[in-house]
Amino acid sequence: MMIQTDNRKEVMEKSRAALPDHVVAFIEACNSGPYPHSQLISVLHKVQAHFGYLGKEQLDAVAQLMQIPAAKVTGVATFYHYFRLEPQGKFTIRVCLGTACYVKGADRVVERLRDELGIGFGETTSDGLFSLEASRCLGACGLAPVVMVGERIYGEMTPDKVPALLERFVKEAEKQAAQKQS
Amino acid sequence: MAGQVLKRYEKLRGEATAAVDALWRKASVRIQVGSATCEHAAGSEAVWEEFRRHIESSGRGDILLHRTGCTGRCSREPIVGVIETGRLPVKYHEVDRDAVHEIFHSHVLGGKPVSERMLADQLTEHANHLMLCDGSGCGGAVQGGVREAFLRVIAESGMNPEKIRVISSRCLGFCATNQAAGEITQALVLPENVLYTIRDENDVRAVVQEHLMGGRIVDRLVNREQPMSQRFFDLYGDLAFFNQQHRIALRNAGVIDPESLHEYVRYRGFEALATALDRNDPEWVVKMVSEARLRGRGGGGYPTGLKWAQARKNNEKTRYIICNADEGDPGAFMDRSMLESDPFSVVEGLMIGGFATGAQRGFFYIRAEYPLAIRRIEHAIETCRANGLLGRNILGSGFSFDIEIRLGAGAFVCGEETALIHSIEGERGQPRIRPPFPTESGLWGKPTVINNVETFASIAPILKYGSDWFSRVGTPQSGGTKVFALAGKIRRTGLVEVPMGTTLRHVVEEIGGGTANGKAIKAVQTGGPAGGCIPAGFLDTPVDYDTLAKLGSIMGSGGMIVLDEDDCMVDVAKFFMEFIQDESCGKCTPCREGTKRMLEILERITSGKALPDDIERLERLGRLVKRTSLCGLGRAAPNPILSTLQYYREEYAAHVHEKRCPARKCRALVHYEISTERCVGCTMCAKNCPVQCITGARKEAHVIDQSLCIKCGRCFEVCRFNAVLKG
Repeated sequence: MMIQTDNRKEVMEKSRAALPDHVVAFIEACNSGPYPHSQLISVLHKVQAHFGYLGKEQLDAVAQLMQIPAAKVTGVATFYHYFRLEPQGKFTIRVCLGTACYVKGADRVVERLRDELGIGFGETTSDGLFSLEASRCLGACGLAPVVMVGERIYGEMTPDKVPALLERFVKEAEKQAAQKQS
Repeated sequence: MAGQVLKRYEKLRGEATAAVDALWRKASVRIQVGSATCEHAAGSEAVWEEFRRHIESSGRGDILLHRTGCTGRCSREPIVGVIETGRLPVKYHEVDRDAVHEIFHSHVLGGKPVSERMLADQLTEHANHLMLCDGSGCGGAVQGGVREAFLRVIAESGMNPEKIRVISSRCLGFCATNQAAGEITQALVLPENVLYTIRDENDVRAVVQEHLMGGRIVDRLVNREQPMSQRFFDLYGDLAFFNQQHRIALRNAGVIDPESLHEYVRYRGFEALATALDRNDPEWVVKMVSEARLRGRGGGGYPTGLKWAQARKNNEKTRYIICNADEGDPGAFMDRSMLESDPFSVVEGLMIGGFATGAQRGFFYIRAEYPLAIRRIEHAIETCRANGLLGRNILGSGFSFDIEIRLGAGAFVCGEETALIHSIEGERGQPRIRPPFPTESGLWGKPTVINNVETFASIAPILKYGSDWFSRVGTPQSGGTKVFALAGKIRRTGLVEVPMGTTLRHVVEEIGGGTANGKAIKAVQTGGPAGGCIPAGFLDTPVDYDTLAKLGSIMGSGGMIVLDEDDCMVDVAKFFMEFIQDESCGKCTPCREGTKRMLEILERITSGKALPDDIERLERLGRLVKRTSLCGLGRAAPNPILSTLQYYREEYAAHVHEKRCPARKCRALVHYEISTERCVGCTMCAKNCPVQCITGARKEAHVIDQSLCIKCGRCFEVCRFNAVLKG
């Protein structure tokens, strides 16, 4: 049962406005089904898929619309590695640090990525193009060491392949920007 | 009602068969392209597109482009198969756009296979391949061995031995007719694709003289059964990497289109489910699974039948069943491969489990990091719903069941059952004390069964071929096969499915081909972060849950990382401790604090700052954490340390007492020096040194200033005269 407060309408409107329509619709569908709170992680996945990260405003809105305490929503969002609480670069580079990649020298790929990008794990370049993330295991151990950019995996990486890989995405960003302008 | 469900199924199967066969009959050439995360990473999407364009512009309507999952031969992807009627199938490796062009023009259009691009040790110049099964149900039919009999008869008959290749293969998977174990041998003749049942030497003679020499199929010996994995051996049976495997869970991986229900059903998919529903006897299913001695493939090794029976016993009738597809072990990727390459078999296993345990709802808990696996399972579920295989009153049996997908979010601890349940409930994935076990009180307080992907993938073959067959494949303690993910310093990386009890040596050396660089294997790490390192001296150990536990490691989900002499065991232990420390959920003190302190000690040891009694301290703390942690994650966390301490204590001692890393891996303990004799003064090292600590004039020996050196190893890498010495 929803708790009635004086500014409820206003708060609900604000919360709806903070989230994309399909997420609001999903939450409302969940609320009318069994165990609606169990969908919290699914909702957070959808929010992150839309914004690229989980902002404070969105977390509050999720808490409000799902009627889950904000502390718990934050608790869940911070518990899981997949969720990010800071805005991400246009491309997120996930470096696999699984066992096979470690054995095959992922540390040196990381070192080169850090050098080239000038950032560490969990950080984003100042031009907003790249974020660097450490990843558990991407499950492509046969191609170790691997990195994942977006949904694509790049295998058998070496430090020397790093600049070309980055260049490809810089170009892609330029292309996209050019398309937008025209 | 009996028979009604099977009738409905047969109708479905008839439709599927007609649809698939109609498509394939049209094609005189079938080009198979792999499609899975790893295949895509290697560029198979571009290869697919390129073939499509070539076919289009050739104007040929009889060339079929066929999508499959992955075969598990990772380091050689993308893999492309060209299958022509009446010819031996050809497999190409590492195909790129140029290769597509060459293969298409030379082979597909011109009929000349491109030998330099073929997967190694394929022999396509033979007229025939004869594949003999030496699986558990076969063999012993002829005095002195069937293989020998064939070779002898071939020689006696004056047949050109160059024209035929006799291959022993682990198991062809025709076991349903194999009730008379040990009295017959199945023999597959390619490219005609005829399966013979050999009972005695007369049969051997008949096959050689009538078929191989005369070109006539010996009708009376033909086995007309349609087995589950025949097509796998049709395609890959001539390759050592594959024919030494016994594919049960991976039976369809790499041969069927993972997005085609028709193909799955055509090859007897959902028959096991239909059989179970038709008998309408969940107890029978539980009994079969129990007698098959199937144990949990996620790592714990708990008997699956027992787990199902426990859930059945409960008075609460609302029950759930979950497929744990949150494959978190670094170094394991078999679950991803199964979800991507053969999603329907996992869905079928989950449904049979749901029927057996009396669950109404099933869940897939999949890692968010596996987008393709999620899409394939989503697709499989929707297709099943649309075809009456999921939802209300499945196949008219009265059994109703539906499946929902829930995504993990990157927490290793969610592999623990109670943590996984909390995560599905939308909570932080923290474990709780057991008992009560989930089979008593699990998801939303109801009886819940959780099994791993591979466990579910093994269910349908058990019901189809029987528990006897399955248990015979494995060891007396555990039946069936296990899929291992071979990676690390190994020549052939990939997925390998072998019977329980196969030796590590067989997996690593025969199938995996030993180390890639020819160096000696130092150890094999099994079981991921909860496992341990098994030294090369124990390679002859048969792999089973119990034997690995005795060696201080675990089976785990089946990750198998090969380490060579360049790997430092202390550093390996540190690697796993970093992982575990980061993944510890923080609920109980021993794991939260213990892993942190153990990591600190390991960092001291590898950076040359160890205290004299650090080894003892580490050991004591490890035992404490093992004994007192709340859940399996914490209790297994010290395994990598304790197992390396057990076998490689002297390596730890060298780090602690001599400040030396015998494998020269720990950076802080490595020392670089330039040999004055070898250095020619090319200045390469000085140019590449990031801290400018190398000095020396051109054409004179250079020197490293040890006080400034950061030991990055760049000079060692760039020197072309081997003048930089690493010590």
